[in-house]
Amino acid sequence: MYPLLSSGPATETLRMEKVIVAMQDPDMGMKMRNQRLLITVIPHAMTGKDIIDWLMQNYNINEEESLHLGGFLVQYGYIYPLKEPRCLVLRPDESPYRFQTPYFWTSTRWPVSELDYAIFLAKKNIRKQGELMEYEKERYSVLHKRINHTWDFVVMQAREQLRASKQRRKADRIVTECQEQAYWLINRPPVCPLSPFIETCRRALGRNRVKSSICLEGSYSEQYQNHDPIMQGCLPSNPWISDDTAHWTMNAALVPIPTRLRVERWSFSFMELLSDAMGRQEFMMYLEKEFSAENLCFWQACEEIRHGESSKIVEKVEEIYKNFLAPGAARWVNIDSKTMDKTLEGIKHPHRFVMDDAQMHIYFLMKKDSYPRYLKSDLYKSMLSKAIVPQETKKSVFPFVRRQRHSSPSPAQAAEDSRSKGPQAGSD
Amino acid sequence: MCDQTFMAATFGPCESCGKPSPLMNIYIKNEAINYCSFCVELMACQGLQSGESVASLKRECESLKKKLEEERGKLNDVELHQVADKIEVLGALAIKTRRVLKGHGNKVLCMDWCKDKRRLVSSSQDGKVIVWDGFTLSKENGISVPCTWVMACAYAPTGCAVACGGLDNKCSKAVAMHTNYVSGCTFTNSDNQILTSSGDGSCALWDVESGQLLQSFHGHTADVLSLDLAPSETGNTFVSGGCDKKANVWDMRSGQNIQSFESHVSDINCVKYYPSGDAFASASDDATCRFYDLRADREVAVYQKDSVIFGASTVDFSLSGRLLFAGYNDYTINVWDVLKGTRSSILFGHENRVSRVRVSPDGTALCSASWDHTLRIWA
Repeated sequence: MYPLLSSGPATETLRMEKVIVAMQDPDMGMKMRNQRLLITVIPHAMTGKDIIDWLMQNYNINEEESLHLGGFLVQYGYIYPLKEPRCLVLRPDESPYRFQTPYFWTSTRWPVSELDYAIFLAKKNIRKQGELMEYEKERYSVLHKRINHTWDFVVMQAREQLRASKQRRKADRIVTECQEQAYWLINRPPVCPLSPFIETCRRALGRNRVKSSICLEGSYSEQYQNHDPIMQGCLPSNPWISDDTAHWTMNAALVPIPTRLRVERWSFSFMELLSDAMGRQEFMMYLEKEFSAENLCFWQACEEIRHGESSKIVEKVEEIYKNFLAPGAARWVNIDSKTMDKTLEGIKHPHRFVMDDAQMHIYFLMKKDSYPRYLKSDLYKSMLSKAIVPQETKKSVFPFVRRQRHSSPSPAQAAEDSRSKGPQAGSD
Repeated sequence: MCDQTFMAATFGPCESCGKPSPLMNIYIKNEAINYCSFCVELMACQGLQSGESVASLKRECESLKKKLEEERGKLNDVELHQVADKIEVLGALAIKTRRVLKGHGNKVLCMDWCKDKRRLVSSSQDGKVIVWDGFTLSKENGISVPCTWVMACAYAPTGCAVACGGLDNKCSKAVAMHTNYVSGCTFTNSDNQILTSSGDGSCALWDVESGQLLQSFHGHTADVLSLDLAPSETGNTFVSGGCDKKANVWDMRSGQNIQSFESHVSDINCVKYYPSGDAFASASDDATCRFYDLRADREVAVYQKDSVIFGASTVDFSLSGRLLFAGYNDYTINVWDVLKGTRSSILFGHENRVSRVRVSPDGTALCSASWDHTLRIWA
């Protein structure tokens, strides 16, 4: 990632080298010829256009992408231009180019061992008594424990290498020390405690897995395809394209009449219904008719504990107990006795997740029972038929006239306003 | 690239086992000898039993890994692209830059959308965090954070607050404290809790009000670079990815590592859940993006192309999950067909690395942040 912090060398150069090797393949690679440069004939050269054509054909990409990729090959020095050698640009024309003889091929990489690192740290310790950095001190002691059986060897090697380096010139020694330090900063072997990993592996072996043919049905994407603006567009128009915010206005949190697509989404899953403010409102109305609105109220109150301020947890839990759980409570919820007992026990020491079991029980109750019936109800069906299907806004006749882009109140401002207006101001 | 003049840059037959390999220069009684690293280790371990226990642990690890792959393979009765055969091919997408946000003085490292679908927050290497109305291009707020490399920023769900963190190891008014840089942060479903990932190898859940650590998550063996919250009914899990090439799924309440995936060959820079919550995607320095199904417990797709040679730093899904947008270090954004596994289109425009891509909350646009100091909004 960022060179300082990644655990390995820049791998795009390795991949780039693969491309260069493929381009020079005797059978499938580029056809070289002699290129004329002023009065000289340069052998084994190719034109910019040749490079682009070869990339297009062999990687199945268009000209724009081929130019982009080829540009990097020139920038990184693998291919150089014969005309204007200081200008590292790939020109899609008859300009001549040649392959650079690489001065640094990174094809042989060997894994860094803990032993190497231990020797390096031991050397540093001997040379600069106790000047190891914090993380180096930690690693040193971890390694000392882990490969303790080789420690005599480590110390012996450290001494020998130090002795041998003393025979170099001081300037060389300093450079080498810097290089070593920099090298180990990037390449130090990871602290890999093996036993936790073995634990995770063993647990993973015991999990229940589902057959691929069942998991990969892929129906989610199909179901939501018409709702995906980047794929199918949106009505009346995508505000980012047309500069018209009608789409956002029509789909605001609470509107007199919602759009068709929005109401359809409520039927996709119970979570969709609950996460839409209007959907929740409608569902609440339905539950009131069925005399089971306390379930949704209870669920909402539990949500407020889970996500609310820590300081308010105790008082909120008390409220819930009073309103929903106490015997004879005004809006008593029907939870099975086992969950009820567990919850009442937990309330004695209230914490953020004390209501989780009860909340889940009521959630699944609503999901399995009330929700499917709601979708079949007249309330839902009439909402669906009333819902708006916006007209598509045709592209402007005068495309160069840009519409005025209106600003909107920031959420922070809106929260301020509602606070000053008083407690009746909208929820959510 | 550093030149490794202090390492034995020789390659040849080992003086002990005779196999040609890179050689370490080792001194025995003032004499330099050339052994391959395996023989050096053998020699150093001679005569001591504890050497064997390290080797045997390593062997047990390898065999367990193999068994796990076998188990995962048993239920692999169909591939994703086979299932996708009966789905229609995507038409050509006409995605263009619709806005360019200029104002940062240095590399833009992170951005996040506000739930109001048009505002966003971005953070940059010069320590500035800016809140924009993306639609009108106006800058609404600017904060200076007293550290450079603000790598992570997040918008609170109510839109009334912003969190950020970076090389100062902290996340916002010192809510979260790690012992190394903060690479990612996100609010859980409210303004009151923040989840952070860090270069110190851990993730943590914090209470915003008190700054208290609620839960910590240990299991990565190197820097954790990214995390994402699962969009599920029970809302209790998240996924993280890091420099140890692993993607781990965690239970937020117990702190346990529930599932682990290791198939990338280089650092994982970004992880993001598929909208249904049953799968997630990852972007890596190995120039691929991968797709993992949580119920099948394995990788089900690899998004790669020979012409894509630079590392991928960021991914996000379109609203339906059919498209995967991935930002790369070669300044482009590739759009992948998640189900069919093919590259649908490529977006040019940025003039330096793309550090972050995010689809807006209602799916109408994609925002990208780049080291070229700008953000772009595409639709």
